[in-house]
Amino acid sequence: MSTLTSSAADHILKPAAGPNVATVAAVPGTPPVRVRGVVRRFGDRTVLDGLDLDIAPSEFVILLGQSGSGKSTLLRLLGGLDLPDAGRVTVPRQRAIVFQADRLLPWQRVWRNVTIGTSGRDAKATALKVLDEVGLRDRADAWPRTLSGGEAQRVALARALVSDPHLVLLDEPFAALDALTRLRMHDLVRGLRAKHDAAMLLVTHDVDEAIVLADRVIVLRDGRIGAEFPVRLSVEERSHGTARDHLRARLLAELGLDVAKTAGH
Amino acid sequence: MTTTDTGAVPATVPASPPTVGDPARGGAFGALAAENSDAPENSDIFENSVAFETFEAAPPRAGRLARRLRSPLGIYTVPLALLILWQVASWRGWLSPNVSASPIEVGRAAVHLWQVGTPSTLGEDLRVSLLRALTGLLVGGAIGAAAATAAGLSRLGEQLFNGPVQILATVPFLALLPVMIMWFGIGDASKIALISISAGIPIYVNLFNAIRGVDARLVEMATAAGASRWRLITRVLLPGALPGALVGFRFALAYSVLGLVVAEQINADSGIGFMIGQAQSYNRIDEMFLGLVLYAILGLSADQIVRLLERLLLTWRPQGKGAAA
Repeated sequence: MSTLTSSAADHILKPAAGPNVATVAAVPGTPPVRVRGVVRRFGDRTVLDGLDLDIAPSEFVILLGQSGSGKSTLLRLLGGLDLPDAGRVTVPRQRAIVFQADRLLPWQRVWRNVTIGTSGRDAKATALKVLDEVGLRDRADAWPRTLSGGEAQRVALARALVSDPHLVLLDEPFAALDALTRLRMHDLVRGLRAKHDAAMLLVTHDVDEAIVLADRVIVLRDGRIGAEFPVRLSVEERSHGTARDHLRARLLAELGLDVAKTAGH
Repeated sequence: MTTTDTGAVPATVPASPPTVGDPARGGAFGALAAENSDAPENSDIFENSVAFETFEAAPPRAGRLARRLRSPLGIYTVPLALLILWQVASWRGWLSPNVSASPIEVGRAAVHLWQVGTPSTLGEDLRVSLLRALTGLLVGGAIGAAAATAAGLSRLGEQLFNGPVQILATVPFLALLPVMIMWFGIGDASKIALISISAGIPIYVNLFNAIRGVDARLVEMATAAGASRWRLITRVLLPGALPGALVGFRFALAYSVLGLVVAEQINADSGIGFMIGQAQSYNRIDEMFLGLVLYAILGLSADQIVRLLERLLLTWRPQGKGAAA
């Protein structure tokens, strides 16, 4: 575990969390993510205002919120890409981030992109194993520019999973994909979750995506958690049924949408 | 509905427009078509008012040989055409022999100097010049690249190297030469030092900017993925800076030839620059032009070398369309 406390962000060439990282031995039973009283300001705008959050082992948490509600800011704090102005964030050292853009290195072949953060011999074998999980084993030697958008994002997913992280942070990873590809990605993520025993936090605008994937949906409002919804539905119940419709309406209401207008969709 | 003989647009507007929101809007148009017995005129108007573009598969790409035949000389086409024009102009007497030599005369001078050059043959001059340029390029390039890497990767390096390089970059080579001669003597060392500086500066400036210009989101990704600092440098920053570094290398090649010209015209006893100096003293116009042609050939070869390097090192980039030669 590493604990990130407040400090000014450093030069990009240094990891953001340089001097203020304390390594703490993992105590069994402690949640992978523990956020206490976190404040983050940009100029005179307070984006996160005393936020508390725990995420349990292998829990899938979906973070919803309107634009500018601080979803991505929170994710960056959890990823250690940014430091809070006040408060404390404790996350596993073994963690991975999937960004909205694939962020593949265009000058490295697919398998080298997957193993950018791993060390040790047999890098290619490791890469092939995880590429197999996302169905891209045969594209291991391809250049990133030859991949489709969905394929590139699957490589990014493989890159995140290759280090067997305890926490995976996903920042609107499917927002740029078409609807059909997005549905396939949902299936893929569910499958990967069953295999890898990691806690996941996914930021999205998409209420349906939240319902399909979440153990718990969190709605950010005014720099804090505005509402929380545990989701205990079967796969079938998540795609249709009254429980789903009810949850959907409530989530939309939390996001400030008039439910009557959107109910027909 | 009545159709006027002019076929003007208003003629197609139905007397009673279809109801808005009518579920059978197609029906309304169908009725219009049935009503309008003069269908061809209707389609004429359609064709007149809408511009179309048609896209089909491109014709099969011409083979390598066919492309070679279509433009057999590639980027050398224009230089060769100029050469022919120059020769013709000399023959017709448009260019006075007192101010220029024809390409054929330049060729003769080359053969003559190659065989019985005094004090050194053309081959010897070329060898000396190339060796100077290459040594300077290697020394300056290595120092420039090392300094740029240090400066690109650390604030300390930036503070150490950026100032001196900016100062050197603004000083003209010609002004540096007396100092170089004073420090390194009149032999090869001062010439190589001058060429090193002229080649090292563009490498430094371009490589430094290229490293700093690597997409910060990729750096963030690599850091977040747990890449070590060494990994970050070798897999992200340096490969990402390579295209910019090659731009610097292209300039370095050109500038090393430039440095060569300056260095060899003063206090030299061999080399192409010395040859030009001799030609000037003896008023040999053909030999003066020969020197210029040789520099031009050096410049063109340098360009080809960089193109080759780009093809070899930047295979990950989409290959540019329509690149010649």
